[in-house]
Order: sequence, then C-alpha cells, then structure tokens
Amino acid sequence: MRMLINVPETVVADALRGLADAHPELNVDVDNRVIVRRDAPVAGQVALISGGGSGHEPLHGGFVGPGMLSAACPGEVFTSPVPDQMARAAAAVDSGAGVLFIVKNYTGDVLNFDMAAELAEDEGIQVAKVLVNDDVAVTDSLYTAGRRGTGATLFVEKIAGAAAAEGQPLERVEAVGRQVNENSRSFGVALSACTTPAKGSPTFDLPDGELELGIGIHGEPGRERRPMMTSGEIADFAVNAVLEDMPPRSPVLVLVNGMGATPLLELYGFNAEVQRVLRERGVPVARTLVGNYVTSLDMAGASVTLCQADEELLRLWDAPVNTPALRWGM
Amino acid sequence: MLDADFFRRWMTAAAASVDREAERLTALDSAIGDADHGSNLQRGFTAVTAALEKEAPDSPGAVLTLAGRQLISTVGGASGPLYGTLLRRTGKALGDAAEVGEEQLAAALREGVDGVMKLGGAAPGDKTMIDALVPAVDALGSGFAAARTAAEEGALATTPLQARKGRASYLGERSIGHQDPGATSSALLIAALADTAEADGE
Repeated sequence: MRMLINVPETVVADALRGLADAHPELNVDVDNRVIVRRDAPVAGQVALISGGGSGHEPLHGGFVGPGMLSAACPGEVFTSPVPDQMARAAAAVDSGAGVLFIVKNYTGDVLNFDMAAELAEDEGIQVAKVLVNDDVAVTDSLYTAGRRGTGATLFVEKIAGAAAAEGQPLERVEAVGRQVNENSRSFGVALSACTTPAKGSPTFDLPDGELELGIGIHGEPGRERRPMMTSGEIADFAVNAVLEDMPPRSPVLVLVNGMGATPLLELYGFNAEVQRVLRERGVPVARTLVGNYVTSLDMAGASVTLCQADEELLRLWDAPVNTPALRWGM
Repeated sequence: MLDADFFRRWMTAAAASVDREAERLTALDSAIGDADHGSNLQRGFTAVTAALEKEAPDSPGAVLTLAGRQLISTVGGASGPLYGTLLRRTGKALGDAAEVGEEQLAAALREGVDGVMKLGGAAPGDKTMIDALVPAVDALGSGFAAARTAAEEGALATTPLQARKGRASYLGERSIGHQDPGATSSALLIAALADTAEADGE
C-alpha cells in the first residue's frame, strides 16, 4: 500500500485542514468536524445539512456553499458522523427558517441524524429530513434495511439547495428533496476494491479479470461477481438495471460518477456508452454530469444515476451554485 | 451487591477486551461490512475510560449513563447509537441507587436491550448484536457465567444467517457464512461483565 498520508489516525483532520486552506470561503472547524459556508446563517433561508463517512470526497464537504449545502459533517472514514456534529452544525447555520438534514440510507447515518434531530429540536431548531435511497442493486424488502443512498445524494443536495436559496419554506424544500429522491435510481460497479487507511489492504478480494456488480460506496462487496465486461456491456447492464426499476416518463438528469480511481478518460468513454443505451431505449437526456463526485476512496469503477426531471426540477438544477466541487451560473 | 466501582471496572475490562480483540472485530467486519468495527469501538471505549477517570460517578446508573453518552458522541456508525443506547438505557433503568443486585441488573439490561431493538428495528435472527444480547439477558438469571456462554454461543450462531439489518444486509445471500461483528463485540461486553464479577468472587 502506498498512500499520500501522514498516519492513518489523522487522515480526516489533515484533509479538513487542507480544505480550509484551499477554500477560505468555508469555515472549517477541524476539531469538531463541521464545515460551514462562511456567510451562514443566511437570513430567511432554510439551511441544508448533510454528512456521512469520509472517503466519498468531494461529497459532502465539497458541496458546501451558496446554492447547495449550508454545512457538512464528515465522520471517520466510511463511518457516519456523531450527533454532536450535526447539532453543532444546525446551531451554526439555522437562521430561524429551519434546517433540512439530507441523510443517506445507511443504518449508522440514519441513527446518528435521528439523535441529532432530537438534540437540535431541544434547542428550538425546526428540523426536517430527506432520506436518500436510490440504489437499485439492493432489493427492497420488509426484511432488510432498505436501499442504500448513493449518487442521487448529489441531485438531492443540488436541487433542494436551489429551492432553499430561493427562500422556499422548510416543508417545500423537504418536499423537493423527497421528490428528487423518488425520481432517482443508481447502479454501481467496481473494477477493484478500495483500501481504507486504517486497514491498509483491500476491503475485499477481487481477482484480475473479474468485476463486482451492484456495489455501494463503502468498499463492501457487491451483489454478484462476473468475468470482466467491456465499457459498453457495463453500460448496458447498469442503465438497464436502473430503467427496469424506473421506466422513465420524462427527460433525465444523468450522473456518470467515478468511484475514485477511474480516470476521466475512462469515465467519458463510459458516458458515451451510457448515452448510447439511453438513446437506444428512447430516453431523452436533459443534462449530464461526468466526474468523481460520490467516491469510495481508491476504488476503480463507476456508478450511473438517473433522475427524472420535470421542468421545475430542471430549473432548480440549472440555478447558480458555488461550491468547491460544483460551480456554475455564478 | 454491585456498586459504582464494580461498573467502572466492568467498563474498563470491556475497553481492554475491545483493545485486545480490535483486529479480530475488524477482520470479521471486512468480510460483510467496511472493516472498521474494531477501530470504531476502540475509539469509543477509550473515551469511556477517560471520562470515567475524570468524573468518577457515584452510582452504577450514572457510570453506565456516562459511558453510553460517550459512545454516542465518539463512535459514529451504527455501533455508536446502538451501544450508547444499550448502556444509557440500562443506566437509566438502574436509577440512582448506590448499589444494585444481580436481579436488578438483569432487569435493567433487558430494558437496555429492548431500547437497542427499538432503535435499530432488529429482531433475533437478523444477524446483529441482538443475537448475542438477548440470549445473554435471558441467561443472566442463572448467573454471569451462563450469560457469557449464552452470548458467545449466540454470536457463533450468527454465522449461517443472512443479514437483514445494517450494511451486511446489502450483500444479501453473500452475508451467509460470516460471523456477525456486532454480535461478537456484544459477546465481549458480556464476557467483560462476567470476568469482573468473577474477579470479585461473585
């Protein structure tokens, strides 16, 4: 293992110090692990707070700024943050208009955000929550914890963030966030496992010439393993898995997301295949985003997320945003 | 009767045991999770022992409540709220009595375990910490050693199960054949309780 780190114990803190140095427009509390846009609280605006384990960068710290998140709470690598972080963030960003927690459906994230909501409500802060659960690789059933939240998190944070920036009230911002989640589905593949700094070796064993289908974003193995496929075959598999679950009724937003160790050369090539499949299936594409946005450390591979966007969602998607990792229109 | 010092020693023994077994817990977690259960609990219990040294609560209930709060504030993931709730609920059920009997502890632990089941929505057989804790609490009436054996057997019995809660559930059938790390750490916590009692000559 070769990693550009000091020691595994300080990986998250070191990254936060570097984020602070690169982005003076953010207020980074390294000790308490809260990243806040410097002009918060913004009067009359609902504040958006998200968070989760570290190792998914730029999610969520890279999405803090005007038009998107008000604050982000990074946990340890692949471990959800603790309730104290979210409660602290809520106190820092609430303007009186309330806060919206955006939570990926992992048991740890859900439990810690629920506890944080109680703490914040004790302080008189109004809290609403959107749960992101877009991963079609996980079969829905009464007997499981439900689907994972993955790529759709970016769509929810951007679009709900735009609604908040317009001054829409908490229940509207929450409704927009839920609508985006309900309209979004994802599927991911891994060409290699990832290596967490603490463990120092790959989280699962994936021999050369094989790939994992239906992976999440925590280095856990996927649903099944197959012999290596071409980019076009993977696109067919991933897009069809999404469309099987969500036959599209309107133009879609497309996110072709790298898992951390796949270069843009490959991601753009993969995107060409994804767009081909969508054309073949008669699905109009409204907007496309290609890059590393919801990563899994140094995992090679990609995920595809589609979001059915009506005109209102599209308008909010196009609204100005100014964050370290996503910036347009301003 | 068990006093605040007994509960402090239980927590210290649990912390030492988590330290010793951290690598094994992490290895179990790498098969069906994300390979950090050992290090996360280690961070939490280190904070627990530090807090207990600083504050020295004077009742069994206060020791466990403080320990639970520390776990919630430091562990993260699912383990933080779940273990935190287990200890906090148990502590609250013990109230502020200076000493408690074994039956009282058994009843309080049952409330703690009920709190965990409610928070996590898990039932026995879901391949979680519940599969070690429920048999342990059931056996506690027959003594601490019986509780330890029941917890260890419960943890081993998770191996053939398919996970229905937590991150392991996302693997579906591929979670079968691996011992659950949460049930394993729960067995460590109960074993630390039994060790503490035995060291006392209970």
